Order: sequence, then C-alpha cells, then structure tokens
Amino acid sequence: MIPVLFFVTVLIFTMIRLIPGDPARTLLGEMALEEDVQRLRELMGLNKPYTTQYFIWMKGILTGDLGRSLVYKMPVKDMILPRLRITISLTFLSMLFAVILSFPLGYMAGKNKDKLGDQVIRVTALAAISMPTFWVGLLLMILFGVKLHWFPVGGWAETPAEQFKALVLPALTSCLMTTALLMRNLRNSVVDISILDYVDFARSKGITETRVSTMHILRNALITTVTLLMMRMAWMLGGSVVIETVFSLPGMGKLMIDSIFGRDYAVVQVLVLAFSMLVIVMNLITDILYSFLDPRVAL
Amino acid sequence: MDNSTQKFRKRKKQDTFKMMIRNKSFVAGSIIVFIVLMLALFPGLFAKKDPIELDPTAIFAPPSSEHLFGTDNYGRDIYSRVIYATKIDLQLGVFGVSIPFVIGTILGLLTGYYGGLLDTIVMRILDVMMAFPFTILMIAIMAVLGSGIRNTYIAIWLTGWMTFCRLVRSETMVAKNSEYVMAAKVAGFSDRRILLRHVLPNVISSAVVYLASDIVMCMLTGASMSFLGLGVQPPTPEWGSILSTGRGFISFAPWITIFPGLFLSITGIGFSLMGDGLTDFLRTKGR
Repeated sequence: MIPVLFFVTVLIFTMIRLIPGDPARTLLGEMALEEDVQRLRELMGLNKPYTTQYFIWMKGILTGDLGRSLVYKMPVKDMILPRLRITISLTFLSMLFAVILSFPLGYMAGKNKDKLGDQVIRVTALAAISMPTFWVGLLLMILFGVKLHWFPVGGWAETPAEQFKALVLPALTSCLMTTALLMRNLRNSVVDISILDYVDFARSKGITETRVSTMHILRNALITTVTLLMMRMAWMLGGSVVIETVFSLPGMGKLMIDSIFGRDYAVVQVLVLAFSMLVIVMNLITDILYSFLDPRVAL
Repeated sequence: MDNSTQKFRKRKKQDTFKMMIRNKSFVAGSIIVFIVLMLALFPGLFAKKDPIELDPTAIFAPPSSEHLFGTDNYGRDIYSRVIYATKIDLQLGVFGVSIPFVIGTILGLLTGYYGGLLDTIVMRILDVMMAFPFTILMIAIMAVLGSGIRNTYIAIWLTGWMTFCRLVRSETMVAKNSEYVMAAKVAGFSDRRILLRHVLPNVISSAVVYLASDIVMCMLTGASMSFLGLGVQPPTPEWGSILSTGRGFISFAPWITIFPGLFLSITGIGFSLMGDGLTDFLRTKGR
C-alpha cells in the first residue's frame, strides 16, 4: 500500500508538470512583464529541480499545507474540506439507496429464477447499465424538479433538511448503475449457491427454510456482492464529477472541473490525490470486510 | 480432408448459426446495432436538414412535423443533429475499445505466460492506476492533454487496457499449466505458436464478453467527457455535447436534452443485449 501511495503521488506530480506551457505565464496572462513572470516562478519554486519540487510538495502535504489556490486566492485546504463533506454525503447516500434497492430485488430475482419478476428485473438492470448517468439525472430533474416541484432543480442549501433534499435526486441518479450491477451479481450468486450440496444438506438436517435462506444462501451470496459494492463506491466517487456538474452541487468533483477550466493546477493535483487516497482507504476497508464475511480468507 | 469431415464442419457451422438465431437478446441487440450502424453510415438518407445550419426564425421550436425533435438555442434542427452525431458516438465506442482490447490481450498473454519482471512491472502499473477512480483518471489525463476528440481517444486508450489485461492474464495463468499446453510443449512447438494457437483461443472468451460491455462504457465515457466540455467541441454534433447545451434550457426546452440521451441509451442497450446473448452463447458452447 505504501509503495502504491508513493507512485500515486509521483504520477500526479509528473502529470501536472507535463501540462504544456509555463504555469507562471499562464497565471499572469500573455501581457505580463517578463520580470514579473520570473519573480512568480521564483516564488512558486519552479526554478528548482523537479525532485526538489516534489519533496517540497510532499512535505507540504504531510504537514497539512496543501498549497494555495491562485484563482480563489485562498488555501486549498480550506476549499476542500467543506466540499469533501458534500461529495462524501452524496456517495454514502447513493450507496445506501443502492443497497436498499438492490439487495431485496436481487435476492428475490435469484430465488424466482426465470419467472416473470426475474425477467423484468434483469431487463431493467440491463437498461440501467446502458444509460448515461447525466441524461438520467437531467430526466429526473425535469420530472421531479421542473414539473412536480418535489425536489430542488439543483444547487446546494443551508439547513441540513434542505441539504438532504438537494442530495436525493443526485444520489438516486448516481446509484442507478450500481444498483443494477449489484442486483445482477446478487441474483447470479443466489442462483449458483441455491443448487450447491451444502444447502441441500442444511435442509436435510431439518433447519428451517428461513434459516437456510438467510444463513446459508444469503450470507454466502453477499461475499462477492459486498466486494463489488466497495469497488463501485470508488467508481461513484469518480462519477461525482458528472453528477455534481449536472446538479450544480459544490462538491469536489465540480471543483475539479472548474479548476481544470480555470487552469488552477494547485487545486487539481490536491483533488486527484484526495480522490485516490479515498480509494486506497476504501480498498483497505474492503479487504478487512472480506475477511470478516469469508472466514477462509486471512488478512 | 474427406467428405464426412467436410459435412461435419458444415453442420457445426449451421448449428452455431441456429443457436445464435434462437438467442433472443442477441437478435434484438443485433437489430438495434444494425439500425444505428445504418444511421451512422448514411445520415443523409434519414435527415434532410443541415445539422449545423442556424435558423434564427425557429429558435427553441418545440417538436413538430417541420422539426421532429424541435430546435435548440440557435434554431438548429435537433433531429438532424442527433442523426449526424450517431457516427461520432458509435466510433467512440468501437474505436475506443479496439486498441485497449488488442494491447490488453497481448499484455495479459505475455504477463500470464512468462511471469517474471514484465509481470511485476505491469501489475505494479495496474495497482497504481487502479488507485484512482476511473472518471478522475480520465479527466486528469484530459486536463494534461487538453480537450478535443483526439485526446478523448488517447485517454480512453490509456485507461481501457487494464481490465482486458487482468482478465486474459488470470486465464492464461490457468491455461499455462493445463495438459494441452504441456503436450504442445513436449511436441516442441515454439512459444509463439503455443501462445497464439493453443492458449489464446482458450482464454479469449471472457475478454470477448467484456468487449461488448466495454463498447457501451467507452461510448458513455466519451459522451460524458463532451458533456463536461472536455471532449468533442461544438458545433460538431455529438450526443453528449447536444445534451450539455440542453442542460441550460431544461425548464422550457426539454426536447434538446431528451432526444440525444434517448439515442445514446438505445444504442447502449443494443450493445448490452448483444453482449448478453454472446455470454449465454459462449457459456453453452463451453459446456
């Protein structure tokens, strides 16, 4: 994990340096005097060798100094923290929706394999996987925001209750594809496990059907589904860029797009790092959860 | 080759064809993809109006017999724009997936079969790249390269090979120790022959199954890059970019948003159905 983290920082650092053009010149504009550009280069440490620049950047990150945004004229740390809250709330809410929707539906589809309900659920899942999220988001916005006025059309709010309302449509949009994938996975697992010998054996021992369903079938079916869920969480963090743009939510993803267009690369590199740190932490949690769900796996 | 072998081969081919025809999802998917392909190849046959021609007299015209899908903020005909955009989006899906499929498969074969230093290096690169959320990685690459359709392709290619490599690698590692590879080795065949004629046909099926869903993914990713303003630049018609224009006017002109998304979804569903059918087919064939 530590080597991965090291290479991730090196990769981000290198990528930002690969962007064509002089950052100091870009900041001050074409009309700026050469000596001003030179002074800014000096100030930003751009005249130092790359390795030195990298260590200065890393030292800053480790001591909590994430640099300054040159567009917003404030420390990057102060910009990221409130936005991190929005992005994380969005991701968790869509995870919650995905679990609430997919677990019962996927389990029922698997239990009633090839019946009408299963067919309907499978076709719906296939359609959900093939649709662009930003379009689904806009459709929900037209229906529930513009026509029915149930939820705000976009943007953020002040009070927690209103903030929750502002997150419902984005979270629903973002959970759609994950729900479909989880449902499919759980259905297939339930189908595969239901015909295994140990399930028959459990029944023959006289264990009640409810207990067989929950302890023998569902619990084992959940192993792969939970792993998939954690993988999808990393995906949804990335997808927040699109969702937050659609719904004008001031989260990390929206900030990333704005910073790219504003050429605010100090912010971009911290954001990319923050996103990858979240993924690395999530992978760690997945491994721990996995060994908890499947006792055969040792950490 | 004697007569009976020929007959057997012919019958086997017919059986394969029959199985494909009987597979409902595959047929439905193929029909959708065929129609989309026709739209992409001959847009002029289906849409008579110019997709980038401005018409100041018909700004935000709702859908009517004159403008089937309405018009946008410049009075451009949405129907024509959507039809002419088909080619670009279909290309995004198909070309986007092509190079990663080839590179990923070759890398997967080599790393799985030989292991060693190459395997270690490729796996470490994979680990580092998987530490980023996919969309963030795409956007970061686009930020470095700049916007535009060419750079969208480069970003898709740089990120797309990973899954193919993983799939093929893990299957190759199993196949490498199987009896038929041992037999081929004992027979003295070269590594190249073993890899291409013995291992590859046996490990490719999971990559082929993934191919269909990856076409959908590449198409949707390409469209979302345009939606974010990083991909295809206006006035070129592209479904994601038309949608992005419509976003500002959804309260009074929802048709700009609805129709391109509908086409994108139907095309996606077509490829997914084909992929589903292919999965069933390969599974039954394997049995």
